[in-house]
Formats: sequence, C-alpha cells, structure tokens
Amino acid sequence: MQAEIYWLSLAIWVPVLAGLGVMATGDDRNAHIARPLALTGALLGLAVTLPLYTGFDVGTAEMQFVEFAPWVERFNINYHLGVDGISVVFILLNSFVTVLVVLAGWEVIRTRVSQYLAAFLIMSGLMNGVFASLDAILFYVFFEANLIPMYLVIGVWGGPNRVYAALKFFLYTLLGSLLFLVALIYLYNHAGGSFAIVDFWRLPLSMAAQVMLFLAFFAAFSVKVPMWPVHTWLPDAHVEAPTGGSAVLAAIMLKLGAYGFIRFSLPILPDASVALSGFMITLSLVAVAYIGLVALVQADMKKLIAYSSIAHMGFVTLGFFMFNDGRLIPIAIEGALVQMISHGFVSAALFLCVGVMYDRVHSRMIADYGGVANTMPKFAALMMLFAMANAGLPGTSGFVGEFMVIMGAVSHSFWIAFVAATTLITGAAYTLWMYKRVIFGEIANRHVAELADANRRELLVLGLLAAAVLAMGVYPKPFTDVMHSSVEALVKHVAVSKL
Amino acid sequence: MSGAMKLALLVPLAPLAGAIVAGLFGRVIGRTWSHRVTIAGVAVAFAASCAIFNQVLGGASIEGTVYTWLVSGGVNFEIGFLIDRLTALMMVVVTFVSLMVHVYTIGYMADDPGYQRFFAYIALFTFSMLMLVMANNFLQLFFGWEAVGLVSYLLIGFWYKRPSATYANLKAFLVNRVGDFGFILGVGLVLAFFGSLDYATVFAAAPGKTGATIEILPGAQWALLSVICICLFIGAMGKSAQFPLHVWLPDSMEGPTPISALIHAATMVTAGIFMVARMSPLFELSDAALSFVLAIGAITSFFMALIALVQYDIKRVVAYSTLSHLGYMTMALGASAYSAAMFHLMTHAFFKAVLFLGAGSVIVALHHEQDMRRMGGLRRYMPITYATVLIGALANAGFPPFAGFFSKDSIIEALHAAQRPGAGFAYALAVAGVFVGALYSFRLVFFAFHGKERFDATHHGHGGHVHGHDGDGHGHGGGAPHESPWVITVPLALLALPSIAAGWTIGSVLYGSFFGGAIVVAPEHTWIGTLARDFHGVWPMMTHALTTAPFWLAMAGLATAWYLYIARPDLPGVIRNRLGIVTRILERKYGFDDFNDWFFAGGARAVGTGLWKGGDVAVIDGVLVNGSARLVGLIARIVRRFQTGFIYNYAFTMFIGLLALLSVWLWLWRDALPR
Repeated sequence: MQAEIYWLSLAIWVPVLAGLGVMATGDDRNAHIARPLALTGALLGLAVTLPLYTGFDVGTAEMQFVEFAPWVERFNINYHLGVDGISVVFILLNSFVTVLVVLAGWEVIRTRVSQYLAAFLIMSGLMNGVFASLDAILFYVFFEANLIPMYLVIGVWGGPNRVYAALKFFLYTLLGSLLFLVALIYLYNHAGGSFAIVDFWRLPLSMAAQVMLFLAFFAAFSVKVPMWPVHTWLPDAHVEAPTGGSAVLAAIMLKLGAYGFIRFSLPILPDASVALSGFMITLSLVAVAYIGLVALVQADMKKLIAYSSIAHMGFVTLGFFMFNDGRLIPIAIEGALVQMISHGFVSAALFLCVGVMYDRVHSRMIADYGGVANTMPKFAALMMLFAMANAGLPGTSGFVGEFMVIMGAVSHSFWIAFVAATTLITGAAYTLWMYKRVIFGEIANRHVAELADANRRELLVLGLLAAAVLAMGVYPKPFTDVMHSSVEALVKHVAVSKL
Repeated sequence: MSGAMKLALLVPLAPLAGAIVAGLFGRVIGRTWSHRVTIAGVAVAFAASCAIFNQVLGGASIEGTVYTWLVSGGVNFEIGFLIDRLTALMMVVVTFVSLMVHVYTIGYMADDPGYQRFFAYIALFTFSMLMLVMANNFLQLFFGWEAVGLVSYLLIGFWYKRPSATYANLKAFLVNRVGDFGFILGVGLVLAFFGSLDYATVFAAAPGKTGATIEILPGAQWALLSVICICLFIGAMGKSAQFPLHVWLPDSMEGPTPISALIHAATMVTAGIFMVARMSPLFELSDAALSFVLAIGAITSFFMALIALVQYDIKRVVAYSTLSHLGYMTMALGASAYSAAMFHLMTHAFFKAVLFLGAGSVIVALHHEQDMRRMGGLRRYMPITYATVLIGALANAGFPPFAGFFSKDSIIEALHAAQRPGAGFAYALAVAGVFVGALYSFRLVFFAFHGKERFDATHHGHGGHVHGHDGDGHGHGGGAPHESPWVITVPLALLALPSIAAGWTIGSVLYGSFFGGAIVVAPEHTWIGTLARDFHGVWPMMTHALTTAPFWLAMAGLATAWYLYIARPDLPGVIRNRLGIVTRILERKYGFDDFNDWFFAGGARAVGTGLWKGGDVAVIDGVLVNGSARLVGLIARIVRRFQTGFIYNYAFTMFIGLLALLSVWLWLWRDALPR
C-alpha cells in the first residue's frame, strides 16, 4: 500500500534540509542562530517520525508507509521506501538521539558550529534512509553516504590523533562495503534485473552462492557492528571523536551493521545462515568474553565504553544466529533487537557522561579522576543509573535484551548460554570498577575539586535518557509488541530452505 | 484487580513512594520530612502486611498479575504476586525489621550529611525485598534479587570516600553476580524445559520431569531437575553468602550499622533461604541437589563460626555469626526441613538485628569505635543496650527459652533424623557449631560489656580515618559513654521482645501446618514431620533439651567464654600464641580473600591485558590492519621505482613484460600449440 503522506521521506529529508539550512548560517559569528535552528530541525525531524509509531499497524508483517518512485530506470533502481516492525523502531531511536546530540553539543562546540550541527542533522536523515530503504542500491547509497559526515565529525572536531582514527574508520568500513556492492550486483542479475530487497528474499540460491554472498555481506556488516576481529577501528574512532560523534556512532551507526544482518543475510541466505551459524556464534561469544576482559583493563573511559559496546553488540549477533532445528529462536531475535535499542540509550548516555566530565577536566583517563561524587552528586547519581544499565541490572533497559538472549541461548545450548552469561560478571566488573575509580573516593585532585555539577542542559539530556532506560526496563512490552509480527514472519521465512 | 491485590500492591509501592520522594526531593523537603515520609511508607507497608497476614491465616492465598512485562516467543512474562503463608510471614518480618531500622536510623545517622540519601536507600531496599518475596514467578524474583543487590551495593558504599567501603561494595556486587550467573542459567533452564516462568505452572509440571535428563558434558546424562536446582542454589549461595561465595559479607560491614542489621543480617541475606524454601516443589525432586545444599550449609556454618572467635571488630564478630546461622538455615533446607529453615530465618532476623543494632548503639556511644579491645565494662553505662545485647546473645547461642533455641534445636534434630547423604556430616558440624556459637557470642558480651574499661574516656570526636562521617556533629568532648537516645533504644527493645518470645510460636509455625501448601515435602523426606510427633509443647521441649548434647555444649561455650574473658583474661593471648598456625589461618580467613584477589581479580586483569596488548594491539592492529597498510606502502615503494620518466626504462619494462607474458602464455597452452 502506498502511503498518503510521505512520512518516511519526511523522516529522511527534513533533517537533511534542516542540516543544509543550518550550514547556510555560515561561520561562527552566527552560531547563536545555528544552534536554535539545529534544535528546531532535530525536533521537527523527531516530530515527523511520530506518525510512524502512532500510525503503525502492529498486526502485520507487511511493509508500511511504502513509497515508490523510479530513480535510475535503466537499471531498475527505485526510490523505494517502507518500514516493518523491525526497522521502524530504529528510525524513532535515531531521531530521538539526534535531538539529544544537538543539545549535548550546545555550548561545548565553539568552532565551526554550523557545520558541526549540520553534519549531525544530515547524518540523522541519511541513517533514517538506511532503515527505510527497500531498494538495495538505495540502501547502499545511504549506508555509504553516512560515512562522510561521521568521517568529517571525527576528522575535524576530533582529538589529537583524529586523522589516523578517521582514516581507519573510513577505510575499514569502506573496504567491507565494496564486497557488499558486488554481492548486490550478483543478486540483481540473478533476480532478473531487480534491486528490490523483497525480491531478493524470494530468490532461490544454491548453497555455494549463498555462502559466497554471506561472506560478502559479512564483510560489510561485521565491520559496522563491529564483530571481533574487525573491531579495532571502533576504540580509536570513539577516543578521537567528539562526544556527540561517539554517542551517534555507538547509539545508531553500529546498529546499521546488525540491521544489515537481519535485513539481508538472514532472509536472503537462510541456508548459509544455518550452515555458518556456528561461525557467527563463535565470533559473538568471543566478543562477549574476550572483549569483556579487554574492557576491564582500559585506562581511558571512552575506550572502555567502546569495548563494552563491542561486547554488548556481541549479544545482538548472538541472538540473530541461533537456530533450533533450522528455526530461529524468536525470543533471541527480539532480545537482540531490544538489546540494540537499549544499547542505543545506554551507550549514548555513557559517552555523554564522559563528555560532561571531559568538557570540564579535558581528560578521558580514569586516573585523572576520583571522588567526582563529592563535587557532582546529581551527575554521579545519573551515571550510576547508566552504569547499572550497562551492567544489565533488572529494571533498566540493559537487562531486557541480555535476559531474552540468554533465555533463548539456554534452549539452544547450555554452554553457549554459559559463556554469554559471563557478561553478568565481566560487565559489572568493568563498568563498576571504572565507576568506583572515577566517582567514588576522596577528591583526587584540583580539577575534580573545581568541578561544577551538571547544568540544566546536561541534566535534561541525561534525564531524558534515564527516563528511556527506566521505562524500557520496567515495561518493555510496547517495544516488543511493535516487532512481533515482523519477527514471526522472519522466523517463518528463514525456516524455509532456498535450495 | 481485586481488593486483596490492591492491598498487596500497596505494600511494595508505599516504601517505593517514600524512596522516590526522599531520593529526588530530599534536599527540598529536608531531613525531618525525609525520614517522616519514608517511615510513613514503611509503616503503611507494615500495617498492610499485617492485614494481609491476617487474611492469609484465614486460608485464602492471594495470587494475581499486576501487569504483563513482556510477551516474547509465545511466553508471557509477568509482574505478579503470590501471597501464601510463606510470603506473608516474610512480608511481616521484612516490614517490621525495616520499620525498626528506619526509626533507629534517625538516631544513628543523625549527624551524617547523607541523611536523606540513606533513608531513600533503605526505603528502596524495602521495596525491592518485598518485590522479591511477593513474586509469583522467577523473573520478578530475579528482579527483586538484583534490586536488593543494587541497594546493598549502594549502602555498603554509602560512605563513598572510604576506599575500604568502595572496595567492599564492588566486591559484594561482583561476588553476588557470580551467584546470579548460576541463577540466571537455572532460570533459563526452567524456561527452556517448562515453557513458563510462573511458579504455579512450573511446580505443577515438575513431578513429570523427574526422569528428564540433560547432557551438559558430552556423554554424561544428568537429571534435569538436579541441574536446575543446583544452578538456582548457586544464586542462593551468592545472596545468602554460603561458602565459597561468602567472602563479601564480612566486608559489607563497611556500610552503616543499620543496614548491617537490616540487609546483611535480617532480610536480604536470607533471600537465598527463602528462595529455596519457595522452590521446595523443585528441590524435593532432587536428592543430589539437596545433598549439595546440605554440605555447603554445613561447611559454612561451622567454619565461619570459627573465624568469629578471632575477630576484634564487634561488627565482624556478628557478621561471621550471621554466616554461621545462614549455614544452619541452609543445612535445614538440605534436610528437607524447609519450615525449620524459615522458622530460624524469622527468629534470627530478630535476634541478629538486636545484636547489630546493639553493636551500633555501642559504636555510637564510643564515637565510632568498633574494636572490642577498646571497649569493656560498658554494662554500667549502657544498661538498656547491654540487656538487649545479652538477650540477643542468649538467643544467638541457642539457650532456652530464647527464640534461637527453638529454631536452632529443631534444625539440629532435623539433621539428626534426616536420611540423606551428607546429613551425618552436617549433624556433626551443626552440633560442634553450638559450642563455638556460644563461645563467640559471650566472648562479644564479656569483651564489650564486662571486665576492665579499656575505652579512652578522653577520646575526642571522630577520627576521620576510622569512619566516614564528614561532619563532626556529635560535639562530645570526651567523657564517659552514655546510653543512646530513645530512637535507638526503643527499636532495640521492640526487637528484643520477639528475640525472647518468637520461639514460643514453634508449635503452630513449625510443627503445625502453618505453611500449608506453600512448602512441599515429599512423603519420604518428612523427617521434620517425625519431630512434630515428638513435640508436646514448648515446656517439654525446653526440659527435654536439658538432657541433650547441644544444650550442654552451649553451656560449655558460655563457661569457656567466661573463663577466658572474665576469670583469666590473660589466657586468650597465650592460646593464640600456642595455636599460632591455627590462629593465622583463621585470621587470614582461610586465605579466600587472598586467593580471590590473586587468582580472579589479578587473573582477569592479566588475561585482559594480554588479550588487549597481544590480540588487539599486536596481532589485529599491528599485523593485520597497519600491516596491510604497510604492505601497500611497501609495494608502492617498489613499484614507484619503475616510474622513472625515461622512455628507455619504459621500453625495457615493456619488453620484459611482453617476454614474461608470452612465456606464461606459451607454457599454459603448450599442449594446444602445433608441434
């Protein structure tokens, strides 16, 4: 069905146009115009996504809010948009986080303000495009296009080693994507000249072809997630990125890879997914266990949270690739999706917390802090909540996804669940040990003594995230209700062999 | 929602409301209103709990769903209550002790700058604990389970400036997480094999699963229910501080004393005991799991009691005593005497709260002195505290007619009667533990309240290094210690009463059918039932006790304590030196802390560093990522040499290239070429 109002187009282009508008304000003399304009754009961007939630029919797995227009007719490439219960939540999450990121950079970014804010708005629109695309080339274009603003955000507003980090980020992710493009062209030819993702789902494919395609997809998506061992760009990118860049990177951009797995790999290549599930599970468990220990010994808070992100994303890929008798486990899939949303809140919040301290002390090193609770009690309380959410405490969003994936894993294999559940211990260890060294104790030095507690703007940003984390922890049902039909359809679809 | 459910909902929500108000608006409403609002919340919860207890005694258990938390994979995960007699008893105990501790806190924390925060935490704790005991499913149990762990973490680290406090709270959280790790696997197995997390559904289906097996190790078929029960019990070992996960509880004494009484004696640490009793329909089906429980409980009860003998910190003596008593409860569970465990849980909650709060009263009077070597002779200065602590010690040591006697004696008798592998071992340690229990209890009493006055009467204010109070508001200029204010002594007295009398309800609670269907004991395990047949009332039980070994062992413990600490105070030092190695082992707490710090904490850091430096930095980044960049650079450097700009170089390259290509071509198609 064709939508009456093009909500998805609005979700994509309102932030992009707002970003262009913000950029048009010019240099920093007009920063006082750029900021409110960017906030308005972000709020407007959020507002146009709300109908996607209110108007969403949870009873069907069909694509909704569909838009279709020819784009490159020679190759049958179309401007084809639509969302199901899996993708719609990420558009909402993305638009929500964008508002927070604009607020978070408010008085902190003082150079090239308009470009900075514009980059985030444009990036937000482009990422909505990824989640809304039903045409593979359109997906690819959005998927690659949002590398550019992030590359600039890291490269221009980043830390001292920003050029290395930005280049590493760009090359790492680009290399993976090229194989993805080749795979898409193969599928295009095979499908008789169509780039429609839904057509790919129905395409019969031999096992050999499926495995090759799976590896090509894997190259693109595993880097984005990132999965071990192609994760090393992430700590560098996070460390060098400005606070807002880290928040968006962790909250949304990592989800693009996971989303790719669930939109492309599983439904297009069900047999290869079953055949290679052991491989995917192993890498996921390595991410949970290995990276958990690596996170423990980090001296840099941002690096620690970056590693923690990798471990948490391990739960996502774990949830996606567990099969019982050739059938996906619904609770594990939904758990993985919930984990993606929750990680969006929690990792963004933790990076913003580090940002709040960094803005004051200009250090990310744990050793430079100690006793922050003495001077920043409100901030300490909020960060406690996020730390606990990161450690997966029930009542916070962090628990829900981990719990669901572990529940699914036990039904698959006791030992997989066993390794996955070690996150209960390691996750608490690295998060709370960091918290202890930074927040507790006597005031460690002059910088900490001079700290001012979080201001109203910071409290607003963190408070909104805290509300989201608690709401999702106490009552996650609304989130999963949206997904049910689509996940059920996915499970049914993947259960049918394409050979 | 029925009226009963609404009332039940009020029980956890009233303290939660208090916690939110005091926590978020504590600064605005001030100290007095913070304690008023939280105490009101807990008082409402206590009153409602009593009303519910009354209803439940009338026969009706309350069960219902509050809301559906999540639906996934065809399973409904719900938040709901199951209030039968087991739950109702816990609710009353929890809210009563909590209420007493709230009042006591007004006095104990009077000068603390974190006053409002403290009230918010203990009210939040009360909420969490109630959610735990009132749950009708495993998910909510786990929610409460972790929430009490969180509040315990926050409260142990309440004085967050003290390194020892933040070390202790991290340790407590992580050790508990090790238990939770087992627990969540147990919950996962329940869901995987029963398809539901509701108690009622799972318990009803459990007898049908007795033959089910699970292959955890290849080739070994283990009974499913044994695996589930042991996994769940690992959770209980964390929360109820059973060997070898007991290590966090002594360190938790870094928290303010009121929470040591509330959380680390009366309520939270008994969550594991409660959980196993709640799961009795599952545990009854696994002899292996119950034998395991029995052994763990026995080891904990005896060996932790021994450590109490060498402690000088008054709170740590009580902490090790708590460990020992938790061991007794665990043993009772292992002997299928769930009701005895619950009965001891209740009596212990009262007398251990008295001991902790009494210790706290002393600590306040001596300006935060916790070392018993600097106490002595306090009974003259603090008569009410002395009387209540004496009652607590008598109950703790198990002297009739005090509460501890009835519950402890029943456990020992049940162990004696039990016919299960490990019961003999447990019985022997339980009986031996009676002597040790009396000895350490009266060591504490005599050390602190009798003998020479060793405290420094001119001691000024607070040594900031000893404790965490920021403000020195006591304003004491030395002088003799004096009795604490009424907010401290009244709760002490109110808790001392049930420490005396709670045991007298044994006839109805333990040997009657009080727990009804809440606790299931298989017909072949009803050893506690045989005791009930021999029970003829409170008086005959007491007079009979005079002829049994445990009573005389307790008397011997008391006499030894008197001899060592009143008659011959020089002897302990001599014994200490004579038994050098034994003393050192006990003082090192069997080396668990050292081992854990070295092996687990150090090991994890070493492995983490190794993986990071060796894996991420050296191999992945060093060789693969930057290595491939370097390789590209290297190739470029070589290839660059060909781009000289001289035409003869290019001509030469072309010639060589042509030659090479032709050779390859000729070689590849050598068979196709005409000969």
